[in-house]
Amino acid sequence: MQSLLPLPLLATAGGGNVHDVMLKLAGVDYLILGIYFVFVIAIGWILRKYLKTSADFFESGRSLPAWVCALGFIGANLGAQEVIGMAASGAKYGIATCHFYWVGAIPAMVFVGVFMMPFYYGSKARSVPEYLKLRFDEKTRAFNALSFAFMTVFSSGISMHALALLLNSILHLDYNLCILVSSLIVLIYIVTGGLTSAIYNEVLQFFLIVFGLLPLVLLGLKDIGGWSGLMTQLQGYSAAQGMPGAWSHSWAYMGSEKSNPMGIEWFGLAMGLGFVLSFGYWCTDFLVVQRAMAAKDMSAARRTPILAAIPKMMFPALVILPGMLAVALYQKGAGFQLPAAADGSPNYNMVVPAMLAQYFPNGMLGIGLTALMASFMSGMAGNVTAFNTVFTYDLYQSYLHKGATDAHLVRVGRITTVVGLLISVACAYAARQFNNIMDMLQLVFGFVNAPLFAIFLLGMFWRRATGHGAFFGLLLGTLSAMIFNGLTLPVGEAAGIKGGWMGAHWFFHSSMAQNFWMAIFAFGACFAGTIIISLATSPNKTDDQLRGLVYSLTEKIRDTGTRWYARPATLGGVVLAGAIVLNIIFW
Amino acid sequence: MHLDVRIPLGLLFLLLGLILVGFGFTSDPAIYVQHLGQNVNLFWGTVFALFGAVMLLLTRRKKSG
Repeated sequence: MQSLLPLPLLATAGGGNVHDVMLKLAGVDYLILGIYFVFVIAIGWILRKYLKTSADFFESGRSLPAWVCALGFIGANLGAQEVIGMAASGAKYGIATCHFYWVGAIPAMVFVGVFMMPFYYGSKARSVPEYLKLRFDEKTRAFNALSFAFMTVFSSGISMHALALLLNSILHLDYNLCILVSSLIVLIYIVTGGLTSAIYNEVLQFFLIVFGLLPLVLLGLKDIGGWSGLMTQLQGYSAAQGMPGAWSHSWAYMGSEKSNPMGIEWFGLAMGLGFVLSFGYWCTDFLVVQRAMAAKDMSAARRTPILAAIPKMMFPALVILPGMLAVALYQKGAGFQLPAAADGSPNYNMVVPAMLAQYFPNGMLGIGLTALMASFMSGMAGNVTAFNTVFTYDLYQSYLHKGATDAHLVRVGRITTVVGLLISVACAYAARQFNNIMDMLQLVFGFVNAPLFAIFLLGMFWRRATGHGAFFGLLLGTLSAMIFNGLTLPVGEAAGIKGGWMGAHWFFHSSMAQNFWMAIFAFGACFAGTIIISLATSPNKTDDQLRGLVYSLTEKIRDTGTRWYARPATLGGVVLAGAIVLNIIFW
Repeated sequence: MHLDVRIPLGLLFLLLGLILVGFGFTSDPAIYVQHLGQNVNLFWGTVFALFGAVMLLLTRRKKSG
């Protein structure tokens, strides 16, 4: 499943046929990359002897400590969008990109840990769609499972395509070879080691990305003259773009959509990104929730997303700063050129490779490249493990073979992994051939995702919500998103895939603003629709059936066995306070 | 009981760190000077190796405890 950043930013990573950034690797760089590949495959191979049951393969036997699940939780989200896409956004929007973290991630991660994990973990549901079946009904589960399965293999394919395009561009490696190697490595370590192998590798990938990007940021900061030097250059760059100060503040220029490069005003940002989209992603996306559900007990499951929020809060320093440093170095005129696309405009997606070429000698270059590879592969593996679980439990076992034995389910899980990766490869080649089809699919997934959080919110906190209410509310929300897109258009865009295909009646300053407001409308329609239809239909679950699934009918967790400072509510409070402080510091 | 994730994590970083340190000692100084006067391979190789060693020590402490 995708992150909050629009995929087109990545689908063009590598800039098509532009070869303006070229990395010259030495033997030591290939050695480092080779060692990493050996390690990820070896982890899967070693873990295979621990896999006895389907619960081991799909859920890690619910046995992992909180810190491992937390790093897996954040690692699964550290796909290409994070490393390449956020650096590109850092160059394009400046510090305001931090909103994707301090507004668009932290509050939702705390919320899912404190309030929602008790239902996901305590209900013994093995997946998010299965929770929907227990809480609502079969048709709501089927709708979510099918759309999620399609989205995960599509996202995995896009990750694969972006990686192959990038490596083809910066190393002149053959596109087909990149697809083959990346998919084969992910296939081996998932088929042999299941979810545990994916999570363990996400831990490795997390540290590789941190240690691969940290030297880049420190060297760049040293070159630009420290933080004050960076701010000075960004002030100059902002003025040159006609928006003085906008690149060096997160909130100060959010009063009007015309005064900041994101083209969005504060309410659309806070409500669209900070509430609807971020809660919709972090609280309902099985790709990340699956990591928390692998924890060894309820306390560890609840602490997983909250512990993950701590490094997440600091990640802008690693993934956004390289982009900001790139435009600052360009502004300084220190000989650094922003990578250019075929039409001469800046190609922000190539900012990280350009910075690697600028600062890393052979050796560290191998580490930087391995970090990039790790980010792409963690995105692919995260999607594939979520796909094989949802397909096996929610589609195969539920509709195709209800009496399947445990060993049979493990076999199906492995076959599904192979099939899922083959479909991902097909998606990668489709993305290469038909960019418009990929944009169209992305748009449709946006319609489905936008209203999703409304039914989870009502399902968990309003016991009167019914199966019919949730299903038809979801359809109404999806339809609203579609109509909203058809009636609106970003300024300067032609009617079509960007919107306005029903006649453009309202215009937005940017595609981002249009997407945020579309999410607000879709959520509102789904929320209202679910309430009205639920009140008009009779409840399809008794109170006994809803125990453990709805807040008012579930015994509250006391956390008596945990020290006060390690309790989810305390940790969550500290993390939220940290996010507020960061928002104020970089206001 | 699973494999302790700190074992592969520690081994990977120790190995990568030692490779970088070795390469930092043997590579042409002109390469790293050109790319702010620091031998980044030597410095970051040491950091990586220390991180890897700490991870491995943590697993030993757990076993003995």
